[in-house]
Amino acid sequence: MRNNESEHESEHRDSQVSELELRVRALEHVLTQKGYIDPAALDELIDAYQTKIGPRNGARVVARAWCDPAFRAWLLDDATAAIASLGYSGRQSEHMVAVENSAAVHNLVVCTLCSCYPWAVLGLPPVWYKSAPYRARAVKDPRGALREFGVELPESTRIRIWDSTAEVRYLIIPRRPAGTERLTETDLAALVTRDSMIGTGLVPAPK
Amino acid sequence: MTYLSNADLGGTEERGAIVREPEGELFHASWEARTLALSLAMGATGLWNIDMNRAARETLIGYRNLSYYEIWLEALENLLLSSGAMDEPATRTPQVLLAGRVAATLAQGTPYSRPAAQAARFAVNQQVRTRTQQPAHHTRLPGYVRGKVGVIERVHGAFVFADTNARGLGECPQWLYTVVFEAGELWGKDAPAKASLISVDAWEPYLEPP
Repeated sequence: MRNNESEHESEHRDSQVSELELRVRALEHVLTQKGYIDPAALDELIDAYQTKIGPRNGARVVARAWCDPAFRAWLLDDATAAIASLGYSGRQSEHMVAVENSAAVHNLVVCTLCSCYPWAVLGLPPVWYKSAPYRARAVKDPRGALREFGVELPESTRIRIWDSTAEVRYLIIPRRPAGTERLTETDLAALVTRDSMIGTGLVPAPK
Repeated sequence: MTYLSNADLGGTEERGAIVREPEGELFHASWEARTLALSLAMGATGLWNIDMNRAARETLIGYRNLSYYEIWLEALENLLLSSGAMDEPATRTPQVLLAGRVAATLAQGTPYSRPAAQAARFAVNQQVRTRTQQPAHHTRLPGYVRGKVGVIERVHGAFVFADTNARGLGECPQWLYTVVFEAGELWGKDAPAKASLISVDAWEPYLEPP
């Protein structure tokens, strides 16, 4: 899958953009005429992923797990129900499993066959998650892949890769940074990055 | 009949760099957003299912040269033709996703767990070998774990079976397991010194006793 482009390719693509715009517009027109779609529903769908369904949802789940041991236990035992209790559920997160990072184990999520991703808690996947380089390397050379994200793990940490090959979706509970004991749950959620919940990042200590 | 997936990328030689992307960078052109929404709205019509959709995408000849939303767009166009959705007169009445139902529909999702028709064949901690033969249709066992010995780590219950669902042969629910493999089992001498563990979610027909 195309991921990187040279400048020349990028210029070439700019001239194609309008072609794609036209092709998609034509398709939308035909499908509306056929009575298959409500164009206003398309606006709603786009708005939902731009403003409501994104990685801030997952960050709130993680912060709650860091602050509330009972919630953490519930999340590890029945992630779908625990996550739904915070109001996040549904499409591409119907069957959730949460796994926790520690000094001994670092978890990493990939979908080598397509782009399966827990939408209700992380939103739409980034381009790299869907791209060939990540899908190829995450399972075979995870340390190399992590290095590309600037993540170096101690040799003593074992890496556990979860290839999302069915309808189960994985959320990682990253390690809570040191020095955050006094932070509120809301402040903690603000620290949690999308990549840390996929396993390609670590949560940075507060500045 | 042959069936070729161009999307089975785990462990393949792929030299391109992984390009990081800031949070919140969702679409790179307005047609991408529209393609996402069209694909979701058409998925909601019930004219095809998610496994037919995955099959339509992974078999695109240009898969490796297309951007992800280009893949979605081309697969959507192909599904519209192959499903008979564009035939006149219409043969099936679609469910139309209305704007007022979007939030509830997304929140509800489409659960794929089903009651099990029989007892599970395998249990946690049991060793299994993945099947070696690759069927000539959509399937969800990645090439890099084919014919490998792993251990059952989780039993998820029975789920809609992608292999039959993708071909319109019904849901045929099968037990789904998380099977975990040592890196050395998968990659041999290529495995990194400090070995990792890799798991896939595999339906029971993909597995046999070691």
